[in-house]
Amino acid sequence: MNLETNLCGIKLKNPTILASGILGVSKSLLKNVIENGAGAVTIKSISYEPRDGHKNPTILEFDSGMINAVGYSNPGLHGALDEFTDLKDLNAPVFASVIGKEPEDFTKVIEGLGNLDFSAIEIPLSCPHTPGFGTLAGQDSPEKTLEITKAVVKAAKVPVFVKLSPNTKNIGEVAMAAEKGGASGITAVNTLGPGMIINIEAAKPVMGFKIGGLSGPAIKPIAVRCVYDVYGSVKIPIIGVGGITTGKDAIEMVMAGATAIGIGSGVNYRGNDVFTKICNEMKDWIEKNNYNSLEEIRGIVHE
Amino acid sequence: MSKLPEMVKITKITQENPYVKTFFLDTEIEAKPGQFVMLWLPEIDEKPFSISYIGKETGITVEEKGKFTKAMFGLKEGQKIGIRGPYGNGFTPKENSCIVAGGCGIAPLSTLAEKMNNSVLIMGTRTKDRLIFENRFPNANIVTDDGTVGKKGFTTDVLEEFLKKGNIKNVYTCGPEIMMKKVFEICEKHNIECQASLERFMKCGFGVCGQCEVGGVCVCKEGPVILSDKLRKMKDFGSHARLKSGKRVPISEYAKWRCV
Ligand SMILES: Cc1cc2nc3c(=O)[nH]c(=O)nc-3n(C[C@H](O)[C@H](O)[C@H](O)COP(=O)(O)O)c2cc1C
Ligand code: FES
Repeated sequence: MNLETNLCGIKLKNPTILASGILGVSKSLLKNVIENGAGAVTIKSISYEPRDGHKNPTILEFDSGMINAVGYSNPGLHGALDEFTDLKDLNAPVFASVIGKEPEDFTKVIEGLGNLDFSAIEIPLSCPHTPGFGTLAGQDSPEKTLEITKAVVKAAKVPVFVKLSPNTKNIGEVAMAAEKGGASGITAVNTLGPGMIINIEAAKPVMGFKIGGLSGPAIKPIAVRCVYDVYGSVKIPIIGVGGITTGKDAIEMVMAGATAIGIGSGVNYRGNDVFTKICNEMKDWIEKNNYNSLEEIRGIVHE
Repeated sequence: MSKLPEMVKITKITQENPYVKTFFLDTEIEAKPGQFVMLWLPEIDEKPFSISYIGKETGITVEEKGKFTKAMFGLKEGQKIGIRGPYGNGFTPKENSCIVAGGCGIAPLSTLAEKMNNSVLIMGTRTKDRLIFENRFPNANIVTDDGTVGKKGFTTDVLEEFLKKGNIKNVYTCGPEIMMKKVFEICEKHNIECQASLERFMKCGFGVCGQCEVGGVCVCKEGPVILSDKLRKMKDFGSHARLKSGKRVPISEYAKWRCV
């Protein structure tokens, strides 16, 4: 059986996609991830100006997940233009991730990246730990989501995915706003929180920015529920992200309604070849359970 | 060891030279030579440091360079510091070896040198008062740029002399990247395997963020010790590294920024 997936016209050899912010800082690391089986890869989010991000610790592991407050460090549009040339060499679609404060900030970057070979653009309106961006700037409201999505879709030559926050009270409404704004798909979800971890001996929060977004196994049930809600609210396809580390996790996401599966923290739990492992496990499960394709089970829990 | 930083007591601080101190920490870490830990100063920052003493107490040898190490130099015995790790792959000990250390590069190599009795050790520094561990390794071949102690010249010259004598099959190196690149090139010329311990700015330390990447390899996880087969393919080895923003810059610009 094969896992080939059509994600709003983008052909993927399998539905696993590297999530933004994990490994995606360079073309050679994207290549590494594709060689490890990813059906597509997303770059670390890019803003117009370079950003240093928050001070360390920026990424830590705890019992059941990870916490991060990287703070959107990135080399800016010009750094990205140097880094991500000739992406066609990579044999898998590469998605750009673009951030900004105002709609014009997004469109400046998108126009700047216009000549590179990105297959899609993702706009996270959902980071929980960077002032001026995402949930800390209210970009996750239906109104802001509609406004930014409209502007981005107008500037983009490729499909646009809007990445949503699991913290939003009604994620279905936000997804509808993105769809209304012309988005081709939804990515659900970004990190949960913010959360805080205190070192009790030091009597201080551990993270450099004190707070951070949660990812990994700890957030999977919430991510699955978010995908379930989004599937019930919009017609456009969904990339389900959050806590996926095994083939069975991925199947669960598909049953909730996901067309493709984003994997971030899974790289930490199972290595860079988590993509190959998950694909093999999905195939095994599908065959053992007498299904023939992912289409058969997509959104099955809604029936 | 915990995945989150744990606060541990500093039991002893030794002054190695006017610029370098070793901090002994009240924690036993099962580590291989060449592995590193992340040290955390609450509210200040967190940085990677290689382990220079493995045992009942863990030793970290630190050169005063930037904001973080200045703050560390203000710490006293009995105070606490956060630590997580160990991380990275470490060196693979092999027979008939030569160890080439430039400056503080001896720190991660020291625990390896102690494990390998009949290896050749070359320790180089700019000048006499920059030298460390000369008492720990009385048989080391010392070389300084200005000849104030040991031979006058460069570690790479001494390495070439030893290689000409014939019986060396493996070279281990850590120090300024320009030096390591030269060591690697000499090894290539003589058809000898090289293990180089690279340094890059880090965030996670466990292979997730990509900040420390060189040529598609995360230095924190697949490194910091990189072998010849990978060094050969790394265009950025000895030439480029990434700033905190992820911007790729010439290694000299990176080195300057790391001292801030
Ligand atoms: C270290 C780290 C950095 C991240 N950076 C970004 C980012 O720059 N842009 C973004 O849209 N999401 C970012 N994320 C969120 C992930 O893309 C993903 O949505 C989230 O981690 C949940 O998936 P996971 O449990 O598979 O990691 C980051 C996550 C982590 C752990
Ligand atoms: S520091 Fe994060 S991957 Fe190496």
